Amino acid sequence: MSEIEFLNWVRGPAFEIATVIFVAGVIIRILEIFFLGRKPNLAEAKGSELSSGLHTIVSRSIPDRHTFKRSTFKIVSGYIFHLGLLVTIFFYTPHILLFKEIFGFSWPSLPSTIVDAFAVVSIITLVAVLIHRLRDRVLKFLSTPGDYLVWLLTILPLITGYIAFHRVGMTAPTLLAIHILSVELLLIAFPFTKLMHAFTLLIARWYNGAISGYRGVQS
Amino acid sequence: MIEKKNLKDRTLGEAMQSQGISRRSFLKFCAATASMMALPPSMIPAIAEALEKARKPSVIWLSFQECTGCTESLTRSHTATIENLIFDSISLDYHHTLQAASGEAAEEAREAAMKENWGEYLLVVDGSIPTKDMGYSTIAGISNLDMFLQTAAGAAAIISVGTCAAFGGIPHAHPNPTGAYSVYDIIKMYGNSELDGISSASITNNSGGSVINKPIITVPGCPPIPVVITGVLTHYLTFGTIPELDHLGRPKAFYGQSIHDRCYRRPFYDKGLFAETFDDEGAKKGWCLYKLGCKGPTTYNACATTKWNNGTSFPIESGHPCLGCSEPHFWDGGGFYKALSIPTIDIPTTAVYAAAGAAAAGVALGALNKSKKSNADKKHTNTTIDDLEKE
Repeated sequence: MSEIEFLNWVRGPAFEIATVIFVAGVIIRILEIFFLGRKPNLAEAKGSELSSGLHTIVSRSIPDRHTFKRSTFKIVSGYIFHLGLLVTIFFYTPHILLFKEIFGFSWPSLPSTIVDAFAVVSIITLVAVLIHRLRDRVLKFLSTPGDYLVWLLTILPLITGYIAFHRVGMTAPTLLAIHILSVELLLIAFPFTKLMHAFTLLIARWYNGAISGYRGVQS
Repeated sequence: MIEKKNLKDRTLGEAMQSQGISRRSFLKFCAATASMMALPPSMIPAIAEALEKARKPSVIWLSFQECTGCTESLTRSHTATIENLIFDSISLDYHHTLQAASGEAAEEAREAAMKENWGEYLLVVDGSIPTKDMGYSTIAGISNLDMFLQTAAGAAAIISVGTCAAFGGIPHAHPNPTGAYSVYDIIKMYGNSELDGISSASITNNSGGSVINKPIITVPGCPPIPVVITGVLTHYLTFGTIPELDHLGRPKAFYGQSIHDRCYRRPFYDKGLFAETFDDEGAKKGWCLYKLGCKGPTTYNACATTKWNNGTSFPIESGHPCLGCSEPHFWDGGGFYKALSIPTIDIPTTAVYAAAGAAAAGVALGALNKSKKSNADKKHTNTTIDDLEKE
């Protein structure tokens, strides 16, 4: 297989496979959560589930003072690499074109040098996150192979994307193909790993808030 | 006949004098060639000396499944340039598009050239070679495959001109109805086959030779840049060797950098300034054509530096995205106007089908779980003290 054939394969059939697994997997997992069902709450509602749920979705993004003090590194590094991912995924022109193809609309992009800087910061932060995980005895004890796999699948597209942008080591079609393939691996693993938090996060936060709202207490 | 022989025996230097080309313009050409091929300036006198003394190499040019665009590109020049002269000065012993002879006379010329220069002639091929049915493309009743193998056996080197000869090109594009392959693939597939069985192999001094170890230089492009082939010929005439090649057999001096890296519109890409359509403000301002499907980032060629039509411009300069024509399988890489980051397949439709299927599966699984749960509830019985005492 030549490098252009490889690129055409990852842009074609491989992308199709990854899309089917990602979309079907995410939907089945979300439906699975919803169909778990809840026993009817016979207690009288003392407040609104909806407003409290929505409030929690937003408010839980801001750590409280004590949590921040206890886990400063985790929170700051988490914010940095998530922000970096947000910028690199959603504000780089070639990526926006992909979203436009899928959703039919687009938004303004950032200059590639800025996106590049965000990618570098994200990579460095993710490496620091891994070192922290390995050095923290409790965190290391709690870590499963799945956690390391998720870390790898997250950092790979950033590294391969950075290399593809700067064309280091291999020819451009090969580097681009490897980058797209790394994203496809991420998409395939997404529904079956903790990466699902990108979707379940909102459901979980809303649920926590809704319970408190129903009881009429602050979430 | 005598006149013809004299012409053939003339060196390039003599040919240039007779054409009225000044030494100044000749040296300028040598300097430009040295610079293009990334050779040190100290090599310029060596190039000049070698070219002046060089006798015309015998060249056999075979055209197979092609559109003649390559020959057009390489021979069309509006002024009498030295590039032109090099073309004129090589002994094109056989080129069935350009030669006056046809039929058996033409084939005789090829066979004579092969006999006379066995092991020394350059074989230039444009067009891909069909393998599915030998009748798809024949010349004077000889299949392309047979003609290629016979001629390649006595060649010093093979130059695959154009993307069809280099990588299979358009005939090789899906679904490849003629079973077309590139020169390199044909050598890989048939290179070991003995040529004894081929009817006209006996015309050569060395029938039965193998073509597997012939150096192959690929000069892809649809069509390729004329100056690239003159550069390759100059290198061959000067050093008697072929230039340094990349992993696809392309001369590194010309195919070493991508169009994107040498594109004058690259700063716009970096700034995030793109033409959205062919007639918007961005297009008028000359912004990057990535969004209009430019394949410059994955294409290696010299268009952005050597340019076309005597250095006038190249496609991107004319406002059209690069098609990636010097890369293998460029024809099968999705639409020409589809950006590189967009998949070649219809992702939204795939996603909708996947979502619909998953929703149905999810609901079915949910219903199954519910019925399992309710069955379990129904079968549930309380354990009494009597049950425990039964033990």
